[in-house]
Amino acid sequence: MKAEGRVFKYGDNVDTDVIIPARYLNSFDPQELASHAMADIDPEFVNKVQPGDLIVANKNFGCGSSREHAPLCLKTAGVSCVIAETFARIFYRNAINIGLPIIECPEAARNIEDGDQVEVDFDSGMIYNRTKGIQFQGQPFPEFMQKIIAAGGLVNYTNQNRK
Amino acid sequence: MGMTMTQKILAAHAGLDHVEAGQLIMADLDVVMANDITGPMAIPVFRQMADKVYDKEKVVLVPDHFTPNKDIKSAENAKALREFAKEQELTHYYEVGQMGIEHAILPEKGIVVAGECIIGADSHTCTYGALGAFSTGMGTTDVATGMATGQIWFKVPGAIKFVLTGKPSRYVSGKDIIIHIIGKIGVDGALYKSMEFTGDGIANLSMDDRFTMANMAIEAGAKNGIFPVDALAEGYIREHSDKEYKIYEADEDAVYEDVVEIDLSEVRPTVAFPHLPGNAKTIDEIEAMEPIKIDQVVIGSCTNGRMEDMRRAAAILKGHKVHPDVRVMVIPATQKIYKQCIKEGLVDIFIDAGCSFNTPSCGPCMGGHMGVLAAGEKCVSTTNRNFVGRMGHVDSLIYLASPETAAASAIAGYIANPEKAGEN
Repeated sequence: MKAEGRVFKYGDNVDTDVIIPARYLNSFDPQELASHAMADIDPEFVNKVQPGDLIVANKNFGCGSSREHAPLCLKTAGVSCVIAETFARIFYRNAINIGLPIIECPEAARNIEDGDQVEVDFDSGMIYNRTKGIQFQGQPFPEFMQKIIAAGGLVNYTNQNRK
Repeated sequence: MGMTMTQKILAAHAGLDHVEAGQLIMADLDVVMANDITGPMAIPVFRQMADKVYDKEKVVLVPDHFTPNKDIKSAENAKALREFAKEQELTHYYEVGQMGIEHAILPEKGIVVAGECIIGADSHTCTYGALGAFSTGMGTTDVATGMATGQIWFKVPGAIKFVLTGKPSRYVSGKDIIIHIIGKIGVDGALYKSMEFTGDGIANLSMDDRFTMANMAIEAGAKNGIFPVDALAEGYIREHSDKEYKIYEADEDAVYEDVVEIDLSEVRPTVAFPHLPGNAKTIDEIEAMEPIKIDQVVIGSCTNGRMEDMRRAAAILKGHKVHPDVRVMVIPATQKIYKQCIKEGLVDIFIDAGCSFNTPSCGPCMGGHMGVLAAGEKCVSTTNRNFVGRMGHVDSLIYLASPETAAASAIAGYIANPEKAGEN
């Protein structure tokens, strides 16, 4: 599985309140949530994002609330992958569970800029910055998490293992 | 190699003699909780896996965020949660009227006790670590899976040990201590890890102090925060619960990734400035600045809406008036606390001072209702997050503080030192 697109670059501690502000949490409709993605950090994001685009950020991406609405709104908005130095732990789990690919890779996070064209190969963990011509090796998922992703998320994984 | 307190609880719930940091385990769950934001979203996910919850005593639903319903969409969500609770015949569903903020009401009703393994679809589920339980926040899909199967996977966390010594001064409480700690280690200082609090200073912390501190472990990125179970904690559990509890202690040779020593007697009243809970400034640093004029004060939430918080705020406000440019919302976290405030005459103190006194709700903490901020407004709040736009307009500013600092600031009209507010 591969992803390819233009990068939206952000800094440290991008929190769930700016990814999807609580004033929109009276709905969990994915399309509606997607229409407010990144509203309080980048109001232009929803107008600019194209299917396949990536988000790259520095430390502690997705910190704060447990709202699964956060990875869900990004995935539905068309984001193909989030690359960061580190992720907040609840966001990390939520992303895997709903099938939004995420990769921890400090080198890539530091060497990718806003607007760069980037390719990601999820099987190998390879990240290629086409704009700059640099390649990075991302952290592959542990086998257990790969099984969840391969099953299409935690719900399918749970059902497969209970039958 | 020894285990931390958290690792021991996780090992016991995974049916293993030993676990170590990084290990992936499947653990049994004693309590699975969700609220009116995360619960309705979990229901359709749950239905893909099961018809009935794994145990109607152990699945807990609390509508507390946007309730009493703030708009039609929220009302629809609360209705979905209510109907699900009825259909599943859940023992622990708390409707408006009996409702309290989830992380205050679960300990108060004795639903959570020491030694348990608990997940909740709310990041501040880590609060129950104050009782010596392993407790952590997760998302909707994880919690729906827990509701269906009674199990969830965990990556066993490593830990940072916090050795607390000394006694906090009169106007320093759990909130000042935890903001001080997050300021020291950073908002990702405990990422993926346990914060294990130890040391003889814990004897000088009330249960409400401990709940406040465990509550904000997530603000340092931690998976959980946990306190040892001493006589005070055991007394609390016995007073509130009939459930069997189990006391776990860290092994002597438990492995910690870091050890941080905190002398509680040196902690000053501390405020977290916008826009991170780790942006800590002592009251002395603040007093050296130009006064920071404020528009609103919120005293409440899962962090600081408990009885002792109400008493501490009231002691400062007694006989004083709220500054004319400031609006104050006092929000006790549960109905029991609300009634106790009436009994003790605290409601008179708050209302005579010019505060509003409100029904339990998460309310303004996440910008829901009951105190949303306009552009440019500044708020001193006893809540837990001061992210951009958290309480309203993207250009509003939140300063996180203790109930006493919040009360002193309400009187002064700017961020003020509670030590100088003067009690009557």
